Amino acid sequence: MSTRLAADSHPSGPLQNPGRVGGLFDVFRRRYLLKLLVRKELRIRYQGSVVGFAWSYVKPAVRFVMYYAIIGLILGPKSLENRALHIFAGMIMVAFFTNALSAGTKSVVKNKSLVRKINLPREMFPVASIMVSVYHMIPMYVIILFGCLLTGWHPDLGALLAGVMALAIVLTWGLGVALLFSALNVFFRDMQNIIDVVQTVITWTVPMIYPFSIIADRFRETSQAVYELYLSSPLCIAVLLNDRAFWVPSVDRPQQAITEELPAHLFQRGLLMIVLGLVFVWIAQAVFARLESRFAEKV
Amino acid sequence: MAEAVIVEGVAKSFKLANHKTMKKLVVNAAKRQPLSRSFTALEDISFTLEQGDSIGLMGLNGSGKSTLLKLISGVMSPDKGQVLTRGRIAGLIEVGAGFHPDLSGRENIYLNGAILGMTEAEIDNKFDSILDFSEMEKFLDSEVRHYSSGQFMRLAFAVAVHTDCDIFLIDEVLAVGDQPFRKKCMKRILELKAEGRTMVFVSHSPKQVLRICERGLVLESGKMVFEGSAVDAVKKINYEITDEDDD
Repeated sequence: MSTRLAADSHPSGPLQNPGRVGGLFDVFRRRYLLKLLVRKELRIRYQGSVVGFAWSYVKPAVRFVMYYAIIGLILGPKSLENRALHIFAGMIMVAFFTNALSAGTKSVVKNKSLVRKINLPREMFPVASIMVSVYHMIPMYVIILFGCLLTGWHPDLGALLAGVMALAIVLTWGLGVALLFSALNVFFRDMQNIIDVVQTVITWTVPMIYPFSIIADRFRETSQAVYELYLSSPLCIAVLLNDRAFWVPSVDRPQQAITEELPAHLFQRGLLMIVLGLVFVWIAQAVFARLESRFAEKV
Repeated sequence: MAEAVIVEGVAKSFKLANHKTMKKLVVNAAKRQPLSRSFTALEDISFTLEQGDSIGLMGLNGSGKSTLLKLISGVMSPDKGQVLTRGRIAGLIEVGAGFHPDLSGRENIYLNGAILGMTEAEIDNKFDSILDFSEMEKFLDSEVRHYSSGQFMRLAFAVAVHTDCDIFLIDEVLAVGDQPFRKKCMKRILELKAEGRTMVFVSHSPKQVLRICERGLVLESGKMVFEGSAVDAVKKINYEITDEDDD
């Protein structure tokens, strides 16, 4: 068979398997469709809502106020300079990731009429859902930059690098999770409940509403394993890097903040997470491609 | 001439899981009941289409025609055997699947065009022609949810028949729309055929099959019971040619 395929040089192209998938590359080949799907998603989400896109400012703002008021002011385990910025820097990462997780997981099933009827690269759906989540991240960056300028932000090169690395971590891991979970969700609808649980877990296992030093003081010396386990979460590293980018340059003694509130070798850990994230995307894509051939009949 | 579609020893079956929940799964496993039932939709189908061939797929409901079409379009993959196609595939299958009720007619033309594989420039070029075909200018900027089902189909059809392709698949769709529109669709299909496109046509109407296709294939509960000329296929399936599909 392969000889027949290879020897073919017909103007309409070679004979090929119509269901053959080019995976993520196909998605980028059909950027225009991707753009329209993202635009559709955004249009539909706020359809018939009076406030429209402003909801994407209101929701994080309320969440932020609650964290700040309850944890920061009332329970306040430890005083922390510019606590609001510290919470918000973490929230950007957590909000994006949980968003990517829930929207991404549902993305294929939600588009079941297309999946069942039309042959197009199905990776399109998780990728489009990630792009919608990225779009919703923009207002949060606007807000934090505004907050940074108010508190007197002096970013250095490390801050810039940390911000980019944090973004790279959540983008790669978010895409990987969206690909993997959206495919699994076709076969096991339990996924949607599982991710609710995962969301709760990841919100509390990152140094967002509490400072990192609480974890470090308690576990660094006594139980190394717990400490390393805590730091093995890509989202945790992303939150710490984002703290480095936005919160550290805003405090009076940045150097002290780095030693007290960030783990050692943060940048190396970040780089490792990006590499692992790329590997994860590759694996997730392979699983997706494997399961995809049965999407049409299962979804 | 080269082959456009090769279907080789294709089989497709669907697994129907007997368990919907983990509990059922465990119970079924414990009772040693089968965990899933299998339903054979297609068995040992083989045929080849040269470029420019047109074939009518006929058979009763549930005989596997649509499944075969889905295998050719690539939406599903066969369990056994293989399907090979050459060039771009489009057609009148599930028209309007990509339409979203909350978007306007114009937005839907672009979205659906892109879903069917057109580029932005292609849609721009064909936009007037699509609009012309659908006769929906007046409602172009209102949301598709306000369209009647007939209007919806017209727009969906208009986009679908404007997709550039080498292989054109048609699935029992000519039964929708009013008569003038049906005539128009038939005319367009014959135009595409005259341009040398390969056609695979699923229909219950012998008259339409004879009009469009030279070849015919008859399926009976997933098995190929006849493959030959369209005239003989119609005889084989023994449909009466009535006047009701007079277009």
